Amino acid sequence: MNFIHQRQTVSQPAEGLMPSGTAHHEQVVARQRRGRTWAVVFQAAVLAGILALCALLFNILNQSFGYVAIVNTIDPSELAVEGLPLNELPKDKLVEILEANISAGLMRRYENDMPFTERSRENVHDLILERVVEPQVQATWGLFDSIFARGSVFAEAEERFPGSEVYFRSWLTTSFISKSQSSEPLRAGVRTAIFGSLWVVAITILFSFPIGVGAAIYLEEYAQKERLLNRLIQTNINNLAGVPSIIYGMLGLAIFVRILEVITSGAFLGIGDQSTANGRTILSAGLTLGLLILPLIIINGQEAIRAVPSSLRQAGFGLGATHWQVIWHHVLPSAMPGVLTGTILAVSRAIGETAPLVVVGASTFIALDPSGPFSKFTVLPIQIYQWTSRPQDEFRNLAAAAILVLLILLLSLNASAVLLRNRFDRSRAVS
Amino acid sequence: MTVAIKHPAQAQTETVSLSPNGTGGNAIEAEKMSVFYGDFCAVRDVYMKVPSNKITAIIGPSGCGKSTVLRCFNRMNDLIAGARIEGEVFFQGQNIYDSDVDPVEVRRRIGMVFQKPNPFPKTIYENVAWGTRINGFRGDMDEMVERALRSAALWEEVKDKLQQSALGLSGGQQQRLCIARAIAVEPEIILMDEPASALDPIATLRIEDLMKELSEKYTIIVVTHNMQQAARISDYTAFFSVDDKRTGNLIEFDDTEKIFTIPSQKSTEDYITGRFG
Ligand SMILES: Nc1ncnc2c1ncn2[C@@H]1O[C@H](COP(=O)(O)OP(=O)(O)O)[C@@H](O)[C@H]1O
Ligand SMILES: [Mg+2]
Repeated sequence: MNFIHQRQTVSQPAEGLMPSGTAHHEQVVARQRRGRTWAVVFQAAVLAGILALCALLFNILNQSFGYVAIVNTIDPSELAVEGLPLNELPKDKLVEILEANISAGLMRRYENDMPFTERSRENVHDLILERVVEPQVQATWGLFDSIFARGSVFAEAEERFPGSEVYFRSWLTTSFISKSQSSEPLRAGVRTAIFGSLWVVAITILFSFPIGVGAAIYLEEYAQKERLLNRLIQTNINNLAGVPSIIYGMLGLAIFVRILEVITSGAFLGIGDQSTANGRTILSAGLTLGLLILPLIIINGQEAIRAVPSSLRQAGFGLGATHWQVIWHHVLPSAMPGVLTGTILAVSRAIGETAPLVVVGASTFIALDPSGPFSKFTVLPIQIYQWTSRPQDEFRNLAAAAILVLLILLLSLNASAVLLRNRFDRSRAVS
Repeated sequence: MTVAIKHPAQAQTETVSLSPNGTGGNAIEAEKMSVFYGDFCAVRDVYMKVPSNKITAIIGPSGCGKSTVLRCFNRMNDLIAGARIEGEVFFQGQNIYDSDVDPVEVRRRIGMVFQKPNPFPKTIYENVAWGTRINGFRGDMDEMVERALRSAALWEEVKDKLQQSALGLSGGQQQRLCIARAIAVEPEIILMDEPASALDPIATLRIEDLMKELSEKYTIIVVTHNMQQAARISDYTAFFSVDDKRTGNLIEFDDTEKIFTIPSQKSTEDYITGRFG
């Protein structure tokens, strides 16, 4: 303030067109106030975003964990032999129990699948739980209720499902990740979908990264920008980035599944999945998603290449390097961190895509792990979508757990890509 | 089809009439050279014969086309979209703008140092080695790098950190590294566009000393906005000015001594004495 008053006494230019003294001071205060108002608005925007994210996370976590009420067809304690509980019995006793409780036909089928002499004790134990004990989920409760309204959960279970067993269950377990699809919610897992997602994404990257970066190099370095054709191509690529993903699904269905069926089904190599020798394969899905993210990778690659300082190019050319040498030794290494960032974002989008894969023909129920690019497939988002559309509540819990798996998968892929990019950055700085 | 430009050994020693002193050979000769950026004529009708193994300074007010002219001498203007050049530029008796001359070849023989130091974001060693490697150098790389760094008066300062990033050097060191990098590919001419304008006075003096040393082996053409610098280091000075359409013209090209003492053109005198630009 001292400073302001001092300024007043200093002689000002004669025009008086600029506010001076207190007028200037007040004007500055008003300007600062306006700035602070905007800062508050922006903060509120960030807050709204964070709240939405928290609500989402709460919803998922709420459904992934919580109490379940379960009724067993046969109480496991009834199966105890000579005072030994079921899970402590030796294998031969377990086989006897199984034989006594299921039909001879089913027993033969298990024997045919794998002789009981070769099965492990755990395997027989699981079969008993599955076929004899036959637990059925009666009701599930969310994590919130399970923690804060524990009493009423038990009361409700007692009243509505007498004789049921109520216990706390995490739907996201190691067996959920390691088991394949099942129509029994307690035994269902996402292994097939995880493998499907990984396979599809691998093909997506293999297809779209080289082509996308190559196209970006061509458009930025070689194409004459003034030419009408190149301007047309550029505009088209920019617009393609905004086309709804389902349209890419239709494109994939028409081209990869139908027209290129010989290739995408693996028939041309004679190694296709004979049971479903059509083009609805991992390869088709990967290529479709590759097409979907291709414009993103190209546009982003172009931006990264454009951001390479021209002084670097000049340095290269000034030493008598050819255009290609400048691109390969200087432009690409400089642009690579930016290219990778864009690719990470695009691939993240591909992992979460559902609609185009529904159109391309993801399998609705598949318990067999994909064995290669020509297998039938399902992916995590499709699995989630299918579970959420089931009428029973338990499948919603499974969907929530699968969403957690998808998020973890996404985060770990992103983290590894970011690490890779940082390595690239650092190694460039020193070598 | 491209033709090879003659190397010095093969070049005919034609004596040149229009060079400032008319004694030695000429490194570069511009004949009625004009440069356009789109429709804008940046420089018009330059006739200029630059003597070999001397330092030639190009001075003139901002925007008169000094950098443009310099870039024409090693076809760096080719990299600017919309830039177009008319006339001829002879190097070793060959017009470097002939359709059968590859600019890549020209640029190795006529090197360039830029206004802002622009080392590659690589190690010091690699900065020097890269240019020679891509040009097919097959000798002892370590020895070559040391020789180039010594010629650029940088060896003593960096010999213990050759494998460190060049970006860690000071501005003056970076610029000398850029000079070392340019020397390494064994050019015959080195073009320098205000090489010291981004540096402090001491680093500037080191670059000037270096240029003097290098002029024994190389032809140096240096653009500078600093007239004392031109007077201090150059043997010849070319003065460019702009006309009312902002088109640059070569006004006078003579011994530096003459330009700074008895210029034959009024506008040169005005510029030198600070009454212009
Ligand atoms: N890349 C370019 N595109 C269009 N005009 C340019 C370009 N470079 C320089 N010019 C113009 O050409 C004229 C000469 O520029 P320049 O050679 O950089 O002058 P100087 O180096 O003497 O300051 C200026 O009028 C400038 O605006
Ligand atoms: Mg300039």
